[in-house]
Amino acid sequence: MELSNPSLPNNIAITTKLDEAIGWARESSLWPMIFGTACCAIEFMSVAASKYDISRFGAEVVRFSPRQADLLIVSGTVTYKQGPILKQIYDQMSEPKWVISMGACACSGGFYDNYTTMQGIDQIIPVDLYVGGCPPRPEALLDALLTLQKDLRTNKYNPNRHENFKGLLDNV
Amino acid sequence: MFEKMIVLSDEIHAFIKSKYDEGFNYLLDITAIDYSDYITQQEKDFALVYILRHESFKNYIVIKTYLHELEIETISDIFKGANWLEREVYDQYGISFKNHPNLRRVLNHKEFVGHPLRKSYPITKGQILHETDDLIDEMNHRLLSKGLVCKTDNGLFSECSKDLMFLNLGPSHPASHGTIRTYVALDGETVEAAVSEIGYLHRGFEKSCENHTYNQIIPYTDRLNYCSAISNNIAFVKTVEEMLGVTLSERAQAIRVMLLELSRIEDHVVCLAAVLVDMGGLTNYWYMYNPREDIYDLLSKLTGARLTNSYMRVGGMANDLYEGFEEDLKAVIKKIQHGVEQTLALIKHNRIFHDRTQNVGVISAEDALNYAITGPNLRATGVAFDMRKDTPYYGYENYEFDVVVGSVGDVYDRVMVRFAEIDESIKIIKQVMENLPEGDVNVKDASVTLPDKEAVYGTIEGAMNQFKLIYEGVKVPVGEHYSALEATNGELGFFIVSDGSGTPYKVKVKAPSFTAMSAYPEIIEGSQLADAILTLGSLNIIAGEMDR
Repeated sequence: MELSNPSLPNNIAITTKLDEAIGWARESSLWPMIFGTACCAIEFMSVAASKYDISRFGAEVVRFSPRQADLLIVSGTVTYKQGPILKQIYDQMSEPKWVISMGACACSGGFYDNYTTMQGIDQIIPVDLYVGGCPPRPEALLDALLTLQKDLRTNKYNPNRHENFKGLLDNV
Repeated sequence: MFEKMIVLSDEIHAFIKSKYDEGFNYLLDITAIDYSDYITQQEKDFALVYILRHESFKNYIVIKTYLHELEIETISDIFKGANWLEREVYDQYGISFKNHPNLRRVLNHKEFVGHPLRKSYPITKGQILHETDDLIDEMNHRLLSKGLVCKTDNGLFSECSKDLMFLNLGPSHPASHGTIRTYVALDGETVEAAVSEIGYLHRGFEKSCENHTYNQIIPYTDRLNYCSAISNNIAFVKTVEEMLGVTLSERAQAIRVMLLELSRIEDHVVCLAAVLVDMGGLTNYWYMYNPREDIYDLLSKLTGARLTNSYMRVGGMANDLYEGFEEDLKAVIKKIQHGVEQTLALIKHNRIFHDRTQNVGVISAEDALNYAITGPNLRATGVAFDMRKDTPYYGYENYEFDVVVGSVGDVYDRVMVRFAEIDESIKIIKQVMENLPEGDVNVKDASVTLPDKEAVYGTIEGAMNQFKLIYEGVKVPVGEHYSALEATNGELGFFIVSDGSGTPYKVKVKAPSFTAMSAYPEIIEGSQLADAILTLGSLNIIAGEMDR
């Protein structure tokens, strides 16, 4: 829902309330799309399994279709060969959307400083949260999820935050 | 047991054919060596290496040929498995193969210029891909060979018999592990033709090895088959230790056996959980993943990491077992057995499971050997090849266990072989823990293992020793060596070329998933689309290992 909807009353007090209502609703209805490529995806499987259980935080309905998801979790190494695929998946997700970059490879290329590995997915798509670790422990990913949820609840979400982002594949 | 031989490049096809007829009918690997930076001048800058195993599985031969020109006869007419291996050599080294049916890149992307494993290629020179390969060209040739399209007068292809629908399975698809792409031509639900594209997780392992010391490579090996990291560690250091000529202590050997078997269980559990999810049986996933978490807890207590353990070192391992490890291990094994029991109770007499898996995704023993499929996937076809029995190492001959084989080579056999192997692994672990020898876990050799911390901080010799080993690495004698062990997915081998320094000149992994994947398009042709997904899951393709 776009808050600049002209049919809504232009009243600051009500808009703030609406923000809060929307933030509250968004917080616990995140639909993750898991872009798992490597070791981190195995750790994501742990996050989804009973012991860590991501569903406790209202984000368990893992979608594998970008059209049905609003939280992209990139877990694993992204190579130059994988780049256009990731970009396409991101573009296919509808707003509002968020991106968590899980693990050293997705954040920065990790220790794969070589001819094939992209040195961080933020070269092609904007990232909201970075989770370090190789791979990160499940708690670290849950922490990122909670951080994101807190931001949503406290209205830190700015739909225009990536407006000026220009990635390597955007020039084409 | 192995032999090395050098053959002239124009005789290679005839020579390998004659060896094939002698019984060397199992192609392990093909790779090239770029000698241009090597310490001693070689006959030619490029050499090709073929590694073949005998049908008795006891011995292998390493055939080397120096290339006078960067072209050689293909052997893909003898071994189906050679098709992708030759493509990889072409991709990485720029050596072409005459009469190869489909010589194109396999790991790097289509816009890539140059050949990255050549010494002249800078390691960090990345190349951006703008658009993914459409694979139509390859698909058309596949369809043409099956008579599903005809060539028109102007050289284009047109469908001539069936009304086909084309579909991409992956790479971003939960059942394709996020990194495997299969492009299929469907007639209704039936896969008429398929081509697979890999390399989405090609992380340049082999190139990275060339600028790291031997011990620095261990963390990279973790990330080959990340479902069972320790077995990759062991396979790598085993090769290096054989080149160094060091013998491990009995305790270290026994611990390695125990950890190899624990990794096998760890990996089988993920594979089985995933393949049952692909079938729609989500409950099994919860049952199987809980014991895996317990293995993680045990391993993180032992090694400090859940998944990527990096526990091995050249000449031994990071540290000895902690006090109370045995009790923890016993508790974990009970939980594994409980998880397996619960899962089997759900599927063993389940009609849906049987109907979905039996006679689905069949590969014959003959084809499996020709494709160089190994491990549980090969044993499921009825071939009892297990390196733990055929070429024992680390004292495997002293443990009592069975090699589990299937009879049909379908999804059912592959799943059930893995279930039974978990039991066998538990048997071995119990035997190891009953008679665990005392002693050190690291060899006492100042040129291989690090000195004690007291010596490092207390004596100048110790400090120098530590500094030199860390800074320069373990110096491995000049030579070329192939060694392998039975990892979870089968024969996992390393071919290492050393120039005498602390950094390998070249490392090549013989990755079991790579050959299994090269057979996949042929296995699924003619089967239903939903069965193709199951087949992929049951082959346990681990992208990190396949693409390296």
